[in-house]
Amino acid sequence: MARSKSLSTPRNPSSKLPGKAAASVSSNPMIAALSASQIEAFGRELDALRERVLADLGERDAAYIRRIVKLQRSLEIAGRGLLQFGFLPPAWLGGVAALATSKILDNMEIGHNVMHGQYDWMQDPALNSKNFDWDTACPGDQWRHSHNVMHHTYTNVLGVDRDVGYGLLRMDEKQPWRPQYLANPLMAFGLAALFQYGVALHDVEFDRVIAGKRSWRDAKPVLQGVWKKVRRQWLKDYALFPLLAGPFAGFTLAGNASANLIRNFWSFTIIFCGHFPADVQTFDKSELANETRGHWYLRQLLGSANIEGGKLFHVMSGNLSFQIEHHLFPDLPGHRYAEIASEVREICGRYGLPYNTGSLARQFGSVLRRIAELALPPRSAMLPVAA
Amino acid sequence: MIDSMLSGSLNRALGSRLVNALTAPHGVDRFLEPFNPMWSVDKIRARIESITRPTADSVSLRMRPNRHWKGFLAGQYVRVQVEIGGVRRSRCYSLSDAQAAHDGLIEITVKAQDEGLVSAYLNRNARVGMVIGLSQAEGEFVLPQAVSAPLMLIAGGSGITPIMAMLRTLARGGHAGVLSLLYYVRNAADTIFADELIELFGAQPEWKLRVIRTRESGGSRFGRAHLDGLVQDLAAAEIYVCGPAALIDAVSALCAELGCESRLRLERFTATSTSAPADPDTISGELRFVRSERYAANDGRSLLDQAEAAGLRPESGCRMGICHSCTCRKTSGVVRDLRSGRLSSSGEEDIQICVSAAVGDVTLDI
Repeated sequence: MARSKSLSTPRNPSSKLPGKAAASVSSNPMIAALSASQIEAFGRELDALRERVLADLGERDAAYIRRIVKLQRSLEIAGRGLLQFGFLPPAWLGGVAALATSKILDNMEIGHNVMHGQYDWMQDPALNSKNFDWDTACPGDQWRHSHNVMHHTYTNVLGVDRDVGYGLLRMDEKQPWRPQYLANPLMAFGLAALFQYGVALHDVEFDRVIAGKRSWRDAKPVLQGVWKKVRRQWLKDYALFPLLAGPFAGFTLAGNASANLIRNFWSFTIIFCGHFPADVQTFDKSELANETRGHWYLRQLLGSANIEGGKLFHVMSGNLSFQIEHHLFPDLPGHRYAEIASEVREICGRYGLPYNTGSLARQFGSVLRRIAELALPPRSAMLPVAA
Repeated sequence: MIDSMLSGSLNRALGSRLVNALTAPHGVDRFLEPFNPMWSVDKIRARIESITRPTADSVSLRMRPNRHWKGFLAGQYVRVQVEIGGVRRSRCYSLSDAQAAHDGLIEITVKAQDEGLVSAYLNRNARVGMVIGLSQAEGEFVLPQAVSAPLMLIAGGSGITPIMAMLRTLARGGHAGVLSLLYYVRNAADTIFADELIELFGAQPEWKLRVIRTRESGGSRFGRAHLDGLVQDLAAAEIYVCGPAALIDAVSALCAELGCESRLRLERFTATSTSAPADPDTISGELRFVRSERYAANDGRSLLDQAEAAGLRPESGCRMGICHSCTCRKTSGVVRDLRSGRLSSSGEEDIQICVSAAVGDVTLDI
């Protein structure tokens, strides 16, 4: 598949592998406060933690993900079955609840995590990152590029990580203000409602095509891939299952649409809480030059935020409520993050680094405030304004 | 009959475009497996129905395959998949029962090998009711359609298993032709199928059996003299040999000498390890990119760098081991994780080539 590279030169992995020291030069004050050897030691501690979990992976993890898969498939069968009788209000409500939960589990705890390669070690084709596709509009292969490569490698680097605003929103004060951003809250609401399509169109990079930075020829095959997937999703959710319900097709269709909508709002909420609450840092492209592994870990930590909650909440968020642990160790099984979170926090404490965490209400409130505040032009003349 | 008609229409229904569209993007199997591992649209699975122990360190598993199993010819093997510690492992085992068993079951007999992960697991953990994955039967180590020439069968250790399938099939089919078995075992306790062989050969006047216990007094490895009295003219016989590499090499050499290689069929049980495990501290070996048919001398860099240097364009992303874009199948060889220094197993598995370097010869499916 044709891919446009946002960065022209591939990064050199050896520069990030442990053992090579580099001077700590960073425009980020948190990073600049640490010496190169401290950064290296920080990276080594996290590497050791990762190795410890990797060495312990086994039956427990396999049993966990299979249990979640079985729960999701059961919920999907139940939800779609109930929605065949959508003319009965309890069946409709139960069907929507089961199908929405199924889609959330499918997308977050299963799809997102499996496609990160968290279960590749099992050598099971059904749980392999390369084969997996999920119940959303976004084709799995495109997601693996826009998310695993662009977002996870270049987390919160402005102009590279497209998760910062999805090319639609102003999510950082360093993004120059334009009048269109007055619609920031409205656009955010629209993105949340249609989140699966926002994610699906991520890799097309429409904003860059419109700005003339990307050719239509590069974007077209990506768009075709999206259309192929969207068609299959629509066929299933909005044609076949409703038709099977015969005269009650309308109830089934509305039920499926509602389940998709609930999933969209929920995944938007969790994902925006991961990177945009107050005090989460963004970075300049210059940060990437000669970045060591320890340095990369630091950027992941400073660019992510956790959400506190109970066990059910963590499962329903695909353990992305442990966004910090997920960004430090994107290919460790998600259910392990809860087990290592206190240790990660303790390590951060020793290096005087912040560990951004808070309740869902606090983190999401902070995101909403940011969306509203950044809609307005900067008050200080020191901040950049588009010419 | 009704059964096969039902199974046929079930296959058609489950495999239909409608069901496929309704279960997209996962597919029907993903909705069946979690509830019963035997249910599948096209994968062969088998349930263990009974377990016997021919010797202290071997186990015979009789299994009922699901409806996708197409049968086998005596002498063929299957790839068996089991999950050990959450990791799916695959090994080949010969089918050891007659082609058409009366109870519709198939059987494999597995001897626990030193350092054999799967064989040890099956010996220790196989239970009635356990479901394992299977391939269709494979292999060319089979009897001719019509057996006319005398048969000279030579087995070493667990190499008896495909030959046992042949003997049971021939006995059931009433084959009364000339047949001899030369069977090498370490000692009496190590003789798989000892009692059944004596019974089988006792019932057939034209069948001759010689068991050689190599680790007991008077025992020795394969030599021409061992064939004396078993076969009149080796060059006129159909020869089958299965067992350790040394036995196969010795029999092959003798056949070459007699000019009867064309009548020799062989099945190697242990992979021919041409190279000893490489020293992880030195850079050596060759990289084989099989799909693109390119070779390169290992220079110690990551496999991704070296594949690119060889003119290939494998998919890649972060180049630091986090995105899994570059994951590809290693079919053989040991690799070192550049982040942790950890060495992989030598078997077939998926690896991330941007953070893996070869330790000796490595074969990749690129």
